[in-house]
Amino acid sequence: MTAITRSKPWHQTLRGREAITFYLFVLPWIIGFLLFTLGPIIASLVLSLMEYDIILPPTFIGLANFTELWADPLFYTSLYNTLYIVLIAVPLGMVVSFSIALLLNQKVRFMAAYRTAYYLPSIVPAVASAALWLYLLQPQWGLVNGFLEWFGITGPGWLSSEMWSKPAIIMMMVWGAGGTVIIYLAGLQDIPQVLYEAAEIDGANAWNKFWRVTLPLMTPSIFFTLVLGIIGTFQIFAQIFVLTDGMGGPQNSTLVYMIYLYRNAFNFFRMGYASAMAWVLFVIILVLTWVQFRIARRWVYYETESAEA
Amino acid sequence: MATITRSEDRLPAAALAESARTDGRRKGWSSVVTHLILLVGSFFFVAPMLFMVSTSLKAMRQISRFPPEWIPDPVIWGNYPGVFDYAPMHKFFVNTLIIAIPTIFGAAFTSALAAYAFARLRAPGKNVLFLLVLSTLMLPSVVTLVPTYILFAKLQWVGTFRPLVIPALAGSAFNIFLLRQFFMTIPRELEDAALIDGCSRLRIFLSIIVPLAKPVLATVTIFAFMGAWNDYLGPLIYLGNEDQYTLTLGLQAFVQYHRAEWGMLMAASTMMVAPVILIFFFAQKNFVQGITLTGIKG
Repeated sequence: MTAITRSKPWHQTLRGREAITFYLFVLPWIIGFLLFTLGPIIASLVLSLMEYDIILPPTFIGLANFTELWADPLFYTSLYNTLYIVLIAVPLGMVVSFSIALLLNQKVRFMAAYRTAYYLPSIVPAVASAALWLYLLQPQWGLVNGFLEWFGITGPGWLSSEMWSKPAIIMMMVWGAGGTVIIYLAGLQDIPQVLYEAAEIDGANAWNKFWRVTLPLMTPSIFFTLVLGIIGTFQIFAQIFVLTDGMGGPQNSTLVYMIYLYRNAFNFFRMGYASAMAWVLFVIILVLTWVQFRIARRWVYYETESAEA
Repeated sequence: MATITRSEDRLPAAALAESARTDGRRKGWSSVVTHLILLVGSFFFVAPMLFMVSTSLKAMRQISRFPPEWIPDPVIWGNYPGVFDYAPMHKFFVNTLIIAIPTIFGAAFTSALAAYAFARLRAPGKNVLFLLVLSTLMLPSVVTLVPTYILFAKLQWVGTFRPLVIPALAGSAFNIFLLRQFFMTIPRELEDAALIDGCSRLRIFLSIIVPLAKPVLATVTIFAFMGAWNDYLGPLIYLGNEDQYTLTLGLQAFVQYHRAEWGMLMAASTMMVAPVILIFFFAQKNFVQGITLTGIKG
């Protein structure tokens, strides 16, 4: 037997055939990876050191794109606007979703109906949601100012006001943040009931149970949604692009990072500059994610760790 | 009964029942409060969508009425056919499907095939490749955006559907990872008999693995469809004239040129949102599964 298999060429042995099958099955992805991921990553790095408008041949300019970014006021504006939205919309969306999930977890009746109500806005396509909010935020007949009117407040002209445009976008984002409710709800339902019973025996009230049982056990879900929320919100584009006709206005008050990058690449055809921007964004996201993982060791609780360690 | 029983000779059981009743009353109150908060909360989430539908059924003079009327009186259907006078929504719909269908194929079939290979087959270099799959998961798509555009521009593919379809056919790292995790949970014994009978791996994949993975594949398919349906940046960069517009581009153009015609704009938006909501109601389980598995928001 062994003599026979050994004399066979490798590709006819069982192992060889299995390896060939493996590569055949994975081949489409490998080709796609080389052409549309690895190749572009390398090209992007090279481009970030070039000046290139697609028509004229590229010229090497070293780190000039990066030094220009360093001095570009609009770069800082876009970074500020993005951070503003990330720092408010992400935590706010999480707190709202978490509160809803807590309420839904009380085994209330019509749970499925409520869950659907909170979830549906999150599947509305970004462009449709922008069209809808354009109307809701309309100063004269919009629902938002109509609602404020009840309380005797005259609402601002949201999208035409430099001061209120970002809060308006945050409002729209929180409206679409209901997808997280389902993640939190799944996490809450995974908490063993025994822990609550044990806490009750120890005389814990609802307040203590929340802070000592629910919240610690939910930290993995909270961490997960925080990391993904920050990564996703840093790249916010479609909603704002549609709301502001691609301008990020008024007065650049909603010019977020991706819109500025888009304008450099596809309005001004500064491919090198846009690539440099893409790398800066990538590094920012990478560093923020790394920092979060470092800090997570102190506050995220995993059941596999013993309480003493 | 009640008059005879004095409090001191009450049976413990009766006392317990009493305390349970006050407890129940307290629970009743707190559940009323819970429902109240949930109702008010869900109003904020649902009202915009109801308002969208309601506005789509109003004439202009009803729209400017204040306070707004929730149920239009009279109901005006004209905005829906009106949209088509400005924008060929049916064409945009077909274009969207032309992009979505191959995308779904790539997301489900190509990814599943690769995922199966990663889950079951042995080959040199497999671990390195899987590491590559995982690392592409973390890469923001913006890094590859510009060079990919240049590549397609050089290939003269800009202004065709190809840039939106061809890369998707190669499968996605995310789906490969997701499906591999699922395939790992399928017991190997199910395949052993077929292997001994000399079945090819492709046969085994198609006739044993795919049927078992139907629910997960359905989830992947739905999310891929939603991704293609909602995609804006891709069509914005690659598609040129109105004949090629997808629904997202069509709606955006509508926003740009007819933003004051609220009734029609809301009718167009409703038409874009309705299929997504329909799919949700037919496949709620898949949505919940998909979100808890992956944490993606639609």
